[in-house]
Amino acid sequence: MKQSLFKNNLLYLVPISLFLVLWEIAGQNAQTPLFPPLSKVIEEFGSLLRNGTLLKGLGASFGRVFIGYILGSIAGLFVGILMGVNKMAEYSLRPLISILFPIPTLGWLPLLMLWIGINEILPVTLIFICAFFPVAYNTLTGIKEVKEEYINAARTLGASSCYILWHVILPMASPNIFTGLRLESGMVWRTVIAAEMFAIPTGIGALLMNAESLIRVDIIMVCLVVLSIMCSIFERFFLWLEHRATGAWR
Amino acid sequence: MSYISLKKITTQYCLKNVDLDIVSGEITAVLGFTGAGKSTLLNVIAGLVEYEGAVYFDQNNMNHIRTEKRSIGYLFQDIYLFPHLTAFDNIAFGLRTSGCPADEIEEKIDSILALLKISHLKKRYPKDFSGGEKQRVGLARSIIREPKILLLDEPLSSLDPCTAKSIRNELKALQKHMNLTILYVTHNFAEAKELADRIVVIRDGQIQQSGSVQDIFDKPVEAIRDFVSVAIPARSLS
Repeated sequence: MKQSLFKNNLLYLVPISLFLVLWEIAGQNAQTPLFPPLSKVIEEFGSLLRNGTLLKGLGASFGRVFIGYILGSIAGLFVGILMGVNKMAEYSLRPLISILFPIPTLGWLPLLMLWIGINEILPVTLIFICAFFPVAYNTLTGIKEVKEEYINAARTLGASSCYILWHVILPMASPNIFTGLRLESGMVWRTVIAAEMFAIPTGIGALLMNAESLIRVDIIMVCLVVLSIMCSIFERFFLWLEHRATGAWR
Repeated sequence: MSYISLKKITTQYCLKNVDLDIVSGEITAVLGFTGAGKSTLLNVIAGLVEYEGAVYFDQNNMNHIRTEKRSIGYLFQDIYLFPHLTAFDNIAFGLRTSGCPADEIEEKIDSILALLKISHLKKRYPKDFSGGEKQRVGLARSIIREPKILLLDEPLSSLDPCTAKSIRNELKALQKHMNLTILYVTHNFAEAKELADRIVVIRDGQIQQSGSVQDIFDKPVEAIRDFVSVAIPARSLS
């Protein structure tokens, strides 16, 4: 068991270590600021951390992601549940959602820039849209996948419709709901960076664009690493939450 | 005295003008080939399907009483234990819907788990149960509220003969202990013969014959003679 765990960790770490070593060697030999070695990127990471630039940018992006994601997820859950339990809501809203869902989130950016203007509401709205549709769709799918026989079984046990929703339907739909939440938790970071790159002068995305204009590849790389870490942390957090909530019975 | 009374029950695809009286405190087996309308009959009594006609429990018309208010126990063919709940929580489900206090729930469940010899399953989830364990937990869940009527839809069809026999014995003991009126759907004559006080044979959505076990076996009406003759080899159930 311990040996297998060690082997798995080794399998996990070897490619990453090899990649980092090759990066360092290639960067040292390239002798160009367009391809800095890993040590230079780490050095720049420390410098950006010390002068507060990185934390300030990260804080701005995090705030937008947090608010947009929470609001979008709550709205998505609400609409998904409404469509899942009410046939009239499903028939009336499904066509609209089917039309709007496939539009890439960034496709909304030009329209939102004209409607909302360039301010804090713009990225939050974009993230709201990014989270809303998949969460609503996954919630609806999860609810629809609960077999009617479970609902009938609950009814024969004296459960009201409301009790069944909270104690049977939503727990049984939760794996699908968590999948939607987890997938979008990474996607919202990609969306906020893109929005900041194009429209908002603060945040990690804006830092990326400034670095590009100053030809500071080391800063660009720091930003990309930070972005990757944040996406990963968010996705792993929801994976952990999903496992905590459903792992025992699935 | 009849406890359940069905008057001219007709459903959209299955039952046609069914009249039936189920005697209180007895086990009535509903026999018939697949697709005969046996499960639909139970669903009508439970109020789970639309129907024409009238259903009476103890002379009270139940037509406008919703399933959750009919005070029945129902063990479905595939049981449908809630996968996200432990055995304890599955069984407690019906007690919680009726607002039973937590200490009473604990006490009742411990006693039924012991009665059905499944105390070791208390904290386990359905994914870890065997077929027989699922049946026992399902049975516990359906009788914990002490219903007057217990509907069983082919509950033993997927079990090995030994486990099925053991659950049949437990069912008989429970029926006597709780004075339950049981409607037991099966297509297994031998099972019906061993368990039931009365048998109802249903075919093509219509009751063909009802009576004591002996009546059905010895004097089957013309319409079910072929059905009974197919079942004769199964008479000697071990």
